[in-house]
Amino acid sequence: MSRKLNLRERYQRMTRDLAWEPSYQSKSDIYPQMEFEGIKIEDWDKWEDPFRLTMDSYWKYQAEKERKLYSIIDAFAQNNGHMNVTDARYVNALKLFLTGVSPLEYAAHRGFAMVGRQFPGAGAQVACQMQSIDELRHVQTQIHTISHYNKYFNGFHDFRHMHDRVWYLSVPKSFFDDAMSAGPFEFITAISFSFEYVLTNLLFMPFMSGAAFNGDMATVTFGFSAQSDESRHMTLGLEVIKFMAEQHPDNIPIIQKWIDKWFWRGYRLLTLVGMMMDYMLPKKVMSWREAWEIYFEQNGGALFEDMARYGLRMPKYWEQTIEGKDHITHQAWGIFYNYTHAAAFHTWMPDNEEMDWLSAKYPDSFDQYYRPRFEHWREQAEAGNRFYNPTLPMLCQTCQIPMGFTEPGDPTTIGFRASDFEGNRYHFCSDGCKDIFDNEPQKFCQAWMPVHQIYQGNCGGATVPDVLDWYHLNFGVDNFDYAQSPDRQHWQQWKGEAAEESDAPDEAA
Amino acid sequence: MQIDIKTADIKPIRNTFDHVAKRLGKDKPASRYQEATFDIQPETNFHYRPLWDPEHLLYDRRRTAIEMEDWYAFRDPRQYYYGTWTITRSRQQDHMEKNFAFFEKRRLVDVMPAEWRNKVATLLVPIRHAEYTANLNNCYMSAYGYGTAITQACLYAGLDHLGIAQYLTRIALAVSDGDTAVLDAAKTAWTDDEMWQPLRKLCEDLLVTKDWFELFVAQNLVIDGLLYPLAYDRFDTAISRHGGSALAMLTDFALEWFGESSRWVDATLKTAAAESDQNKAQIEQWADAWSTRAVEALTPIAVAEFGAEGEATLAEIRAELVTRAKKKSGLDLQ
Amino acid sequence: MADAKNMVYLALQNNEDARPIIEAIEEDNPHAEINHFPAMVKIDAVGKLIVRRKTVEEKIGREWDPQEIHISLVSLSGNVIEDDDEFGVERDN
Repeated sequence: MSRKLNLRERYQRMTRDLAWEPSYQSKSDIYPQMEFEGIKIEDWDKWEDPFRLTMDSYWKYQAEKERKLYSIIDAFAQNNGHMNVTDARYVNALKLFLTGVSPLEYAAHRGFAMVGRQFPGAGAQVACQMQSIDELRHVQTQIHTISHYNKYFNGFHDFRHMHDRVWYLSVPKSFFDDAMSAGPFEFITAISFSFEYVLTNLLFMPFMSGAAFNGDMATVTFGFSAQSDESRHMTLGLEVIKFMAEQHPDNIPIIQKWIDKWFWRGYRLLTLVGMMMDYMLPKKVMSWREAWEIYFEQNGGALFEDMARYGLRMPKYWEQTIEGKDHITHQAWGIFYNYTHAAAFHTWMPDNEEMDWLSAKYPDSFDQYYRPRFEHWREQAEAGNRFYNPTLPMLCQTCQIPMGFTEPGDPTTIGFRASDFEGNRYHFCSDGCKDIFDNEPQKFCQAWMPVHQIYQGNCGGATVPDVLDWYHLNFGVDNFDYAQSPDRQHWQQWKGEAAEESDAPDEAA
Repeated sequence: MQIDIKTADIKPIRNTFDHVAKRLGKDKPASRYQEATFDIQPETNFHYRPLWDPEHLLYDRRRTAIEMEDWYAFRDPRQYYYGTWTITRSRQQDHMEKNFAFFEKRRLVDVMPAEWRNKVATLLVPIRHAEYTANLNNCYMSAYGYGTAITQACLYAGLDHLGIAQYLTRIALAVSDGDTAVLDAAKTAWTDDEMWQPLRKLCEDLLVTKDWFELFVAQNLVIDGLLYPLAYDRFDTAISRHGGSALAMLTDFALEWFGESSRWVDATLKTAAAESDQNKAQIEQWADAWSTRAVEALTPIAVAEFGAEGEATLAEIRAELVTRAKKKSGLDLQ
Repeated sequence: MADAKNMVYLALQNNEDARPIIEAIEEDNPHAEINHFPAMVKIDAVGKLIVRRKTVEEKIGREWDPQEIHISLVSLSGNVIEDDDEFGVERDN
């Protein structure tokens, strides 16, 4: 009988043993991106494999996941599953997801293909390549799931075109462009560690529990199915940091700087998710504040205690996020409520019951700072004066969110920072975003700033309708308040009639 | 009548995404392959120049000499998106699992003549390093190529090559009763033995090739197109004549894969060559240059396998490749 | 954040495949706290959480490879332990 190799030995033979020390070409020509970031790797053999799936097992388990997922997607479409969601307002969360998040999955796919080719160690290559193809899976399963919603609701119809152009979508797009245009080590620190390991739970867990709570079984299924890959990716993130930290002490300050940067980038990006949790789910699962406490304060806290042994500390400005958890989602929803005439999803003001939920979840901030404003807006809208802000907002040069976040310690004053670089002045929403610019002004001055681009005439014209047309946003259909939307009209039509004939066979299926 | 009106009301307001409808010519239901593929890669308004390649955009058409009006003109005849790819492979791997189990349970290794067992260890097993090169090359194409239609399929191919390298590792263990010394010896041969050096040099040269489409031609058309017929097909036939037909059970995946992958490679090259004479000439030039080098690199292996007939066998394989390229892709190779 | 010391967790889908795994975790990790969320079960513990092949196999009556957990796993926190007989997460500070 053959001697059975254990999992570790077998995996080593199946992956890193395939590589050899080149001699006809130099390693620096084969892996040309290894030096320029200043990270020192002495021995790639010390790489600890985050998980040990050979291709045959990978195919086996992934195929099982895919079979399950697609049978649910099929059943969902056949049974008009969209009719089971709590309320059509919910669908706006999916619009934000497909236009804002799914393209990031694609970016991750390409980014991990790049690092999967650039890292010299075969163990790291294989882990990154597997993540690359997982991310491709995620973008494709998301498109296939949401494809059904696109058939019945507006705002999804040209998501790829919009992602390259629409003002608020430059927030997620610039986040990934930033990571991919950096070197391989920064990319993997940004995405695998700071985003996947520290923050991604805040994206998927509340989103998917929210979908489950709101009757969207298709989204729950793709979400949890994607998360099952995510746990491998998170493990990769942790191993990468440990590996770089253990390879050379000179790496520590570089890694710390990246952690500081990417934590803040991720925190700003996730504001959009927080806003979705607090405002866009008709049935709430947990508040942003609670999610931040569980997934960042508790788990992030434990993680950075772990990291202390390498001399790595909590990301800079994390204290501001603890204070900010009471504010950022309300401020962001306020911004989108103001500019929803230029967005491909609808907004609305919370009803009384929802206001009460927000008061209960945000006892230190909601009644004091936000409820009066929101009630005023609601009254105005009911009186026929729904407010839309006609002037284009100033955007933060780093995170690209309109300047609307308040100062630490003072929730009534909008935060405002600026830096001068090569004769130009650049504006920021926070210390975190200003620091990021100041560390790499040459990079961040290049940003494709949507509002600047509109003023420079690069976005279809000078008026809002011109720009929306250039966005491929259907005026009066995709945008404006939910109350006036065709989505709402359709929903009421479908629901009204569905209630009358609930016993009749569903011929539309 | 009442019901008719109502059910008609839950009709879709559109059938697919706008960018897909545009390619289909009208708004009609699209396939999963189409929705998962068309225009999925970002096209414009990139925020920052890559620090690692400031001359180019993050996604840039100019990373190859091949020019296409529309990079989504490419179609994978297998229509693979992740789901169909991974489900197809899992079926094949299930089949392979049974083959390996049967081979081990029936101790088929014992019926293989020692001489041929040795040939498997010394002539087939070192190829896993060439498969690993093919993995990295396809990963490169997927990373720096343009348009999801071609780049997604490159990544499938890349991971397929990794899978094949891992099957070769299992073959090494199967024919040696789990003795890892076979793998060590094969790797030493790969790095040190004269016979393997031309192929290893070729692999290392591919790893520094910058034009991703040139790499596609060199790896997926030329190297695969010469190596698979030699190392799997002809070798299987020879070993079968000498009582080693059980090997075919273990190389089944590789041969089946080669047939399948060739359909995608041929379709891709046909589309690129049909686009312009300039593309066609460029692909032919690449293919001829790499074929000449690949034949030289494979000659010592062919001779070790087939002795005096080695060179003729290889010439025959190259002629088959020329015929295939003409017939399937309209290319005129030498 | 002193109460966060050495916290680890495993989150699994709340479905038929995961049920015996969750039961096995409960059995082998008496210190764990099981929290139910919509469609998901999150298991928190201080120090370590282990899924043993043997315990799961007893529950399902067939062979079980610890890598099969990838089908049901939603998320985790901690350093991963993975070998032929168990899968788990730990923190030890």
